[in-house]
Amino acid sequence: MADPTPKNSQRKSRYTEGRGVAGAFEGETVTRRRLMEGGAMAVGGIATAAFALPALGFALGPIFEDTSRETWQDVGPEGDFNDKTYLPRVINITPDIGEAGKTTIYVRKATKSDASPSDKEQKIKPLPYVAISTRCAHLGCPVRYIQASQKFVCPCHGGIYDASGKVAGGPPVRPLDRFYTRVERGRVQIGDRFSVNSELRRFHPRDPSNHLDGLWKYLYPSRPTA
Amino acid sequence: MKLPSPPVPKFLKPTPRRPGDNGRNGAPSRDGGNGGGGGSGPTVKDQAAEGAASVVGWLDERTGASPFLRGMLYRKVPKGTNWFYTLGSATMFAFLSQAVTGVMLAMYYEPDSSRAYESASRITNEVFLGEFVRGMHKWGATVMIILIFLHMGRTFFFGAYKYPRELNWVIGVVLVVLTLVMGLTGYLLPFDQRSFWATVVAVNINASGPIMGPYLADFLRAGAEFGPTTIPRFYALHMLAVPGLIAALIGAHLYLVVKLGTTAPPWMKAEKKDLLREEV
Repeated sequence: MADPTPKNSQRKSRYTEGRGVAGAFEGETVTRRRLMEGGAMAVGGIATAAFALPALGFALGPIFEDTSRETWQDVGPEGDFNDKTYLPRVINITPDIGEAGKTTIYVRKATKSDASPSDKEQKIKPLPYVAISTRCAHLGCPVRYIQASQKFVCPCHGGIYDASGKVAGGPPVRPLDRFYTRVERGRVQIGDRFSVNSELRRFHPRDPSNHLDGLWKYLYPSRPTA
Repeated sequence: MKLPSPPVPKFLKPTPRRPGDNGRNGAPSRDGGNGGGGGSGPTVKDQAAEGAASVVGWLDERTGASPFLRGMLYRKVPKGTNWFYTLGSATMFAFLSQAVTGVMLAMYYEPDSSRAYESASRITNEVFLGEFVRGMHKWGATVMIILIFLHMGRTFFFGAYKYPRELNWVIGVVLVVLTLVMGLTGYLLPFDQRSFWATVVAVNINASGPIMGPYLADFLRAGAEFGPTTIPRFYALHMLAVPGLIAALIGAHLYLVVKLGTTAPPWMKAEKKDLLREEV
């Protein structure tokens, strides 16, 4: 609004009185109308935020929450497994959703060559068994192990992995994920998932399609859920 | 400029009163002899017509609908407007059909990972007309995607995205993306092998985006793995959040179409100048 009384060419007064606002109080700098406008905006904003922010947090909550429990699942006695070939076993990775929560893994006895560089760094004994996840590192389709060619093959986009789970061809960006293993009273048990890079170094689990080598790995940091 | 009167059927239009016809409600009857006879009131047909007209008039007087509708429905369109200009309306009709069939499907569908497949197959195999309504929703989705891209192509090749219609193009692009989101979130709901694995792949494609991608995937799955709340989450997005946004944006899209008008096809030549001079 232009000053209704442009008597002088000086700057407009700070005070409503000086600007010629009708009914101005002495020392008043903000008109009552302006204050009410601002107040109504602020109240509306607070009311909107009061329902929108909790609702947004409610929807986004699962991003920041690790709901996976540390469980060890029995997959059979030690005598079942050998270090030459993989045996398929079904484990439950998500409870309470039936068949959709189950997944197949491939298990074999570990050999000396299966030691990970992470073992020395973390001063951990090498895992006694190798448990390979069937979740393709490309986009998550289920791979299967073909004994004749000693390769893991993905049906969706042609990802191929060698017998240690490293990429042998196709689009996958890193080797197949693995699970922690231990032997408890003569029985093999399967623990949490971990991801590996091309040197079989262990990482916090990543989603399929996330790189773990070179500079690429900095684009896919570890996240709170996994 | 005189706008044409609204296309109300003839029987709804109140007949003007005849001169000298005082104190009589309604139109005079056309039946011979009845008009002049004292004591006999309007016929039932006349009363019905008068009643309907007065209901329309009552609504019109209170909503101002007829000037609005006349302005919208009788707006000028350029010469050369053709069937390609109906693709937008066709897309909207596909959306409305999806909305109606979707509401009906929601009456039988159970968004639970242990019951989704069973309830979907119950709709197909047991519910009366279930196969038909589910089929309409399934094929209607494909039809809507095809129509929206044809509409987008029409807009692009006719140059209808140019000034002053850029904002409408932007809204349209958002509508395309939301329609694709509808396709993505709806695909999981039958929860058969195909829809499960297709959604696994689609979510992991989202996860391949740098930095934010894995978080987006976690948001869609409600965690690092498909869990008990993944289907309800897709269901809520599919039937509440995204359709609401689409409906609101279609409203804005239509408002701008009516406000800015449509464009002539690019092959239409401008009127010759000497003709204009002649008119002046």
